[in-house]
Amino acid sequence: MSVVIEHLSYTYNSGTPAMAVALKDVSVSVERGEWVSIVGHTGSGKSTLAQHMNALLIPQFGRAVIDGVEVKAKLKGLRELRRKVGLVFQYPEQQFFAETAREEIAFAPSNWGVSGGELDKCVMDAVISVGLKPELLDSNPFSLSGGQQRRVALASVIAAKPDYLVLDEPTAGLDATGIRELIQLLSKLKKDGLAVVQVTHDLQSALDHSDSLLVMENGVGVTLGRPEEVAEYLLKKPVQGLVIPPLVQFCAGLRERGIKLPLTSGMDVILKKIEERTGLSGAFERRNGTGGVLGGELNRCSF
Amino acid sequence: MQFLSGISLGQFIPGESLLHRLDPRCKITATFILLSGLFMASKIPDFAFWGIFLLSLSAMSGIPLGIILRSARPVLFLVAFTAALNAFWTPGREVFRAGFLSVTIEGLVMAFEMGMRLVFLVMFASMLMMTTSPMAFSDGLERLLSPLAKVGFPASEMAVMMTIALRFIPTLFEETDRILKAQISRGADFESGGLLKRARSFIPVLIPLFILVFQRAENLAVAMESRCYVPGMPRTRLNPLVWTKNDTGAILGLLAFISAVILFDRFALKSFIIL
Repeated sequence: MSVVIEHLSYTYNSGTPAMAVALKDVSVSVERGEWVSIVGHTGSGKSTLAQHMNALLIPQFGRAVIDGVEVKAKLKGLRELRRKVGLVFQYPEQQFFAETAREEIAFAPSNWGVSGGELDKCVMDAVISVGLKPELLDSNPFSLSGGQQRRVALASVIAAKPDYLVLDEPTAGLDATGIRELIQLLSKLKKDGLAVVQVTHDLQSALDHSDSLLVMENGVGVTLGRPEEVAEYLLKKPVQGLVIPPLVQFCAGLRERGIKLPLTSGMDVILKKIEERTGLSGAFERRNGTGGVLGGELNRCSF
Repeated sequence: MQFLSGISLGQFIPGESLLHRLDPRCKITATFILLSGLFMASKIPDFAFWGIFLLSLSAMSGIPLGIILRSARPVLFLVAFTAALNAFWTPGREVFRAGFLSVTIEGLVMAFEMGMRLVFLVMFASMLMMTTSPMAFSDGLERLLSPLAKVGFPASEMAVMMTIALRFIPTLFEETDRILKAQISRGADFESGGLLKRARSFIPVLIPLFILVFQRAENLAVAMESRCYVPGMPRTRLNPLVWTKNDTGAILGLLAFISAVILFDRFALKSFIIL
């Protein structure tokens, strides 16, 4: 069971002066229980690709196959496919229209014919799964805080019980706490068996959480692979508008100095490697459980 | 599927051609002269001249003919309607009769003339909008209307309003497209059901759109105020409009051409016996 995109090309307004090529021969696939990130700078075609995953856009060239069904313009079951693949747009709270959060969340399942007690259950399940307080259900969605609005928006898609969740820049406009909570939430959904497709320009976050990454540049899929492979690739061939995250650069720097470790290593792995290498065991012990700033800690010890 | 097409009626197509570089005042005036001419001379043979003129405008502006022709598409229904009315309700020599409806030769000629007149009107007006940026257009209109400011006509406010309205048309198209797609992703169905159900199904699109429009308007008002915008205050310009010899030449050339077409229409055509 998977969403498969094969050799997809898409051009907006083809044949007019506003013609714009958005995708050129892009392939990617995602399975249930898997987290795939689509990374690229603004205008690289990420959002267009995301809209192909739930049959909003019909492939002009190439194929989009959702659970074995190929997306075609005349296909009868397009609406059913859209239920299987939930798409969360950028700033999803801008699509609110209902007077209460409950109504907002019930919109999607009721559109697919769920009603009565079953509808209530869909709403409650979604609310619990996004970690929203049930007492907020009867408040006006516009009066909620930014983080809560994002949860309501997410719940309004999850309530239809999709098998795949495609999110276009889900962390945009959230503060650090909001981003962390959202990522935790997505990890939980993934553990529950959902497929997560995250469209983002935050390479670090994508490297940290994804099972695989697709890097896009000007509508072309530049590289597709596991985080370590993608990091290796990007280090050799930089992509316009994508900055190599500091931690990856640090790993690369250590490697140049003879400390072998994967480019996507976490802080703990890096510190352990340095300790092993320098023989300063315990030099980087975390103090008071807070964990020091890496730079400060490094200054404290002499190599 | 693309839910809303990006090209709207008479959208500006950037370019560096002679037509693009003409002063907007010249182009607005010329369009008015051209449209008056079109109404004064719109017998069937006259359209040969208008057609040739349109072709040369297309060549001069570098805008493909196909796009100019396509700009008339939104009024095709109106054209068909007017043409049908004229064809059926003009008295004269009957060609054929279907029930109480009778089609006359005079009616067919009239229908053709009225239809072509409308189509050319829209195409010439689109040429103005396609070769003039919205900013230049409203600047030009403001200057043309500025004499009216003396009698209390809010020319500059109107120009600002028009600039803002034109500026936000594509933005609103994009927003509507995005909201439509988002609600379709949540299972909204705009295509099935009766008229009432379909109208109701647009509520989830209209409400978010209204909210966005109000938010944008508020942001824009704050941004303008923070840059000291005061309605009606005289403002200097970064790129003042400059009337060049080309502009005078264009107007004179156009006047000569139109006079020729009208003369042809009034005198040369008289010697033909049509039908």
